[in-house]
Amino acid sequence: MNPVAIDPNVRALTTSMALRVRRVQAADISYVIALDTRITKLAKPKYWNDVFRRYGKRRLHERFFLIAKNRSDRADPRVLGFIIGEIRAWEFGSTPCGWVFALSVEPEMRLHGIGSALLETISGEFKKAGVDKMRTMVERGAQLPLLFFRSEGMMAGPYIQLEKDLD
Amino acid sequence: MRLQISTRLAIFAILELTKRENRQLSVADISEKYKVSSHHLAKVMHVMGRAGLVRSVRGAGGGYRFVGNARRTTLLDVVQLFEDLSPVEQGTGAVDATPEGQTLRAVLGEIDDIARATLGSITIATMRKLLDLRDPSGGRRSNASARSRSHRPL
Repeated sequence: MNPVAIDPNVRALTTSMALRVRRVQAADISYVIALDTRITKLAKPKYWNDVFRRYGKRRLHERFFLIAKNRSDRADPRVLGFIIGEIRAWEFGSTPCGWVFALSVEPEMRLHGIGSALLETISGEFKKAGVDKMRTMVERGAQLPLLFFRSEGMMAGPYIQLEKDLD
Repeated sequence: MRLQISTRLAIFAILELTKRENRQLSVADISEKYKVSSHHLAKVMHVMGRAGLVRSVRGAGGGYRFVGNARRTTLLDVVQLFEDLSPVEQGTGAVDATPEGQTLRAVLGEIDDIARATLGSITIATMRKLLDLRDPSGGRRSNASARSRSHRPL
């Protein structure tokens, strides 16, 4: 299996622009860091290089670090968005399921179906890996990602997240 | 969580109006479908009109049209027109100042926060998607079967 090749015909239907979604490559990481820095206002190169090592190179049958690029301009190196997820098994008694723990889209390119294409592609990869449920966690006050995941049909799951201050 | 009839009517009316782009329906059309008092529904539509969610169109074939942004208007926007969703306030009774009263208030506040976050995360467009998944016929089948049996009012 070529670990880089992920459905080359991704998303003509739900996107208003030609997109290519594929696995991340080493040359993309600087663009991922730049995108994340623009959004979070925090540069975290060490973190993203570590994420790339763990999710872009290892256990690729159950770890997915995908990026979206402009399909009509292959020379354009920019990353328009990325999503990261993995299959997790038996945590909190859950049967294996897909966990999405990062999703980011270039702010100026939002509402063009990039997030939908990324989520749909990773959903397909999760299904191919044999799971039939996908989960994520969003801060209660983070309305933008909440609106997005809801619009993609995600609902509250059977788990309640709990926490406490450690004095 | 229970919603008042007015709140549910408001949501149903918006879902009817957004079934197709620029759809225009009279109060009678909507009240007939849900078997509710057109007088009650007219009041609900008036409240939504003042909030800028619907606009009345006068004249023959007039009615109401949804003029909000279905991808931006959330259930919370609609619900809070009719329900008091303000956070639980400190009561004035002596019992409210006790540790028991304050602890109960914290728990109820958690429930309210989750309810608000849930309603605030679901847009009218998302509701329409969920509805279309549940009823791909767009209500034609259920309307037909509904006509053939007696309705239970809301």
